[in-house]
Amino acid sequence: MPELIAPIAGNVWKILVAVGDKVELDDELVILEALKMETPIYCDDAGTVTAIKVKEGDAVNEEDVLIVID
Amino acid sequence: MLDILRELIFTSGFVSLTGGNIVMWVISFVLLYLAIKKQYEPLLLLPIAFGILVVNLPLTFLMDPEHGLLWFFYHYGIELDIIPPLIFLGLGAMIDFGPLISNPKMLLLGAGAQAGLYVTFFAAVLFGFDLQEAGSIAIIGGADGPTTIYLTSKLAPHLLGATAVSAYAYMALVPIIQPPIMKLLTTDAERKIVMTKLRPVSKLQKICFPIITAMTIMLIVPPAAPLISMLMLGNLFKESGVVERLTNAASNELMNIVTIFLGLSIGATMTAATFLSPKVLFIFFLGLFAFAVSTAAGLIMAKTMNLFLKDKINPLIGAAGVSAVPMAARCVHKVGSEANRRNYLLMFAMGPNVAGVIGTVVAAAILLKNLG
Repeated sequence: MPELIAPIAGNVWKILVAVGDKVELDDELVILEALKMETPIYCDDAGTVTAIKVKEGDAVNEEDVLIVID
Repeated sequence: MLDILRELIFTSGFVSLTGGNIVMWVISFVLLYLAIKKQYEPLLLLPIAFGILVVNLPLTFLMDPEHGLLWFFYHYGIELDIIPPLIFLGLGAMIDFGPLISNPKMLLLGAGAQAGLYVTFFAAVLFGFDLQEAGSIAIIGGADGPTTIYLTSKLAPHLLGATAVSAYAYMALVPIIQPPIMKLLTTDAERKIVMTKLRPVSKLQKICFPIITAMTIMLIVPPAAPLISMLMLGNLFKESGVVERLTNAASNELMNIVTIFLGLSIGATMTAATFLSPKVLFIFFLGLFAFAVSTAAGLIMAKTMNLFLKDKINPLIGAAGVSAVPMAARCVHKVGSEANRRNYLLMFAMGPNVAGVIGTVVAAAILLKNLG
């Protein structure tokens, strides 16, 4: 099951999808905020969002799982 | 009755007003606009702009030696070199040197970008500035406000307003100045390079870093001591993890307090008599030149390193070797993600970025040692 991981440490600024959403390659799924800059994180695999592991405002570390896609 | 009215008019500021004062008001209003509406470095520009406005109201004597309120702020804060090191204490308490410790090669990029300083130094001498003035102008290329103020106040205090404002202005303009240079000097393929993950850094390494760096730099270039000692003390506060209250005080309250006095004092040095001279235009021009050359030098340094490295680095991060923390790192990240949207260079760029701070302080100390 593919996972979307955080490429950099930061805070979760916005989550742009919900569980059950169909997502395509290169969709913007999450926006992280680090050093007062918004960094969009793009989808690596097409599929359906089965779980969202974080909520807006959470602090995440590099490599943390953000979203699980089936 | 008429006498009282006449007295009132002649002791008012209006009769002593000069054209130069009015030009300075306009400059102040422009800076206020940029600070409030455009939010360019508002924490500094706002007090600077207001300082400019009030010292250009005649007969207030705010900058009168031994009498004026702002003169006291300036004298004790800047002339005696107290505020810039205190700012560095706060910066140290905020900076994470992790990306640099993880990849110490980044130190080369922080040093390489300082080449712009030396080029500008000679350019300024060619333009007819004396050596002390040239040193103060060159340091603008380091893109570090407190260091610029520190060096100028020692070498050429009459240029303080101009060098400080241009340093802060160019830092705010990083997203406009740097990208064209970055794109000119790198190929699309280079910008797409995704870097290998940073090695994790242990807490022990993070604690040892400020101690070892402080000792090494102060032993090699003793004149760097005031700035480096405070920077590393602030960082030791943060990394030790046992004095959270001091970390917070240094990076929040103290930082905010001294920022007020710093901005006001810098603005207060900009009276019409000192600021309105053709020299100032040259300073802004040379400052921009210094900034551009430093950016280019960092990029070229990174490309040179790639000739020897097995794991290629993305040469864009060289541009973060000018200090301007974290604006330059953000800029690198942005340009990198435009080339490859899955390229997250932010943390990689923070390495040269914080190395740039150390590099600029060392460069300032060398200038001070030779010209002071």
